[in-house]
Amino acid sequence: MKKKILYIFNWILLTGSTVIVTLFLGVILFDIFSKGLSSVSWSFISKFPGNGMTTGGILPAIIGTFLLTIVTTLFAVPFGVTCAIYLNEYAKPSLLTNIIRASIRNLAGIPSIIYGLFGLALFVQSLRMGTSVLSAGLTLGLLSLPYIITTTEEALKRIPNSMREATLALGATQFETIRDVVLPKSLPGILTGVILTLSRAAGETAPILFTGVAFYINTLTASLNQEFMALPYHLYMLSTQHNSIETVRPLAYGTSVVLILLVFTMNIVAFYIRFKHRTQE
Amino acid sequence: MENMKISVNNMNLYFGKKQILKDININFKTKKVTSLIGPSGCGKSTLLRSLNRMHDLTTDAIIEGVLKLDDKDIYDKQNSIIDIRKRVGMVFQKPNPLPKSIYENLAYALNIHKFPKEKIPALIESALKESYLWDEVKDELKKPAVKLSGGQQQRLCIARTVVLRPEVILMDEPCSALDPISTNKIEKLIMSLKNDYTIIIVTHNMQQAQRISDDVAFMYMGELVEFGTADQIFKNPQKELTKNYVNGHFG
Repeated sequence: MKKKILYIFNWILLTGSTVIVTLFLGVILFDIFSKGLSSVSWSFISKFPGNGMTTGGILPAIIGTFLLTIVTTLFAVPFGVTCAIYLNEYAKPSLLTNIIRASIRNLAGIPSIIYGLFGLALFVQSLRMGTSVLSAGLTLGLLSLPYIITTTEEALKRIPNSMREATLALGATQFETIRDVVLPKSLPGILTGVILTLSRAAGETAPILFTGVAFYINTLTASLNQEFMALPYHLYMLSTQHNSIETVRPLAYGTSVVLILLVFTMNIVAFYIRFKHRTQE
Repeated sequence: MENMKISVNNMNLYFGKKQILKDININFKTKKVTSLIGPSGCGKSTLLRSLNRMHDLTTDAIIEGVLKLDDKDIYDKQNSIIDIRKRVGMVFQKPNPLPKSIYENLAYALNIHKFPKEKIPALIESALKESYLWDEVKDELKKPAVKLSGGQQQRLCIARTVVLRPEVILMDEPCSALDPISTNKIEKLIMSLKNDYTIIIVTHNMQQAQRISDDVAFMYMGELVEFGTADQIFKNPQKELTKNYVNGHFG
């Protein structure tokens, strides 16, 4: 009897917590989609903002976020993945590698605004890149690095040593073993981590605030050394900085919908890769 | 002494400060099957893995003594580890096919050792025939190797080793993850392979050791207790410890 009561109590506690958490998510999504979906249309995502941003669309912000994510990817993925390969496959366990690993974990905990200030000091000023897509992308890349390194290392760790021994025993070098067995086997895991990290980076505002994001630009540019608009910052601006916030509220909600859909799509791709990989095993 | 393939002299092996193998002296004869037996943790797998330098990646492993493959010092810095492993192949406890097709599993080693492209298909076919796998897989060479049964995977791993034409094949409990029928097939395979290769096998199965071995080495607590022909070790062991072990009193 006592066991049964305890069981029911546990069930209520666990289910209750889960319901509360999902409820919040549900309320937020419902609020945003119910108010924002009506402003999302083809012209909303294909037009420039007009009339002091009270009408029109968010095309430059979409393009800006897209470009920014590309720069972040090109910088963070090669460095992050190779660093993880070094740590997991080559580095001998020692005090030094433990310190490196701890530092990487700590980097993941630094507030994103600090990355913004660091990017301003390093890329914008010292390296004279100015406020630009490049500076902001590199800053977001720095922010993403610890996550990419950590998730890649976890993916590499999941490859059993027997897989490595298989090729080593055939006379393959360590490099061949990593290239032909370890990386192909861990690719789904690495990709999942990379996509989740990038989807997080795409939604960041603070690191791009000082490093290149612009209030408004009226040219379509794919140039790396120019300022750009980005979805998260556009949203921030529409909801707090605009001089007639009430008028642009539907546009702000519409922007949130687009940003959330973008991030969702990336996450769904990541889940799909993971799911497909799991069913293959 | 001409027919010695691998000789181990005064070998000590440590993992960090812990000594795993103590003063091992053993000779493995050419084209014979030598079984290493003994209770778990006695060091037999460790000894086996030192014969093709699989401990090289273990940072704290220290090996003393002289291990020779023919006249060549296995641990001489002058000798390339790649060459040693090409001559001394290894089959592991759990089948570990590469995440590739059956064909590519065999082609892989040939490619990294730069065998001429035109010779590869014939070499693969003969290795699969030699491993009694050809009839079962000849129509589906493109199939992923992981789709094979456990026993077939293990024979594929043997074929993958055989395809390089090594001189020695090391087997680390190759049947421990397999059912009796697959085990039987692997034992037959070992018996036919010994015509061409020197085979050193670690096994926990006394009947298996008796069926397939020419020589048997009994190890206990990191030491080589007794070495002799299979007949001698199983029917007329000289040491009390060996007698107790082969009769199943401990281990």
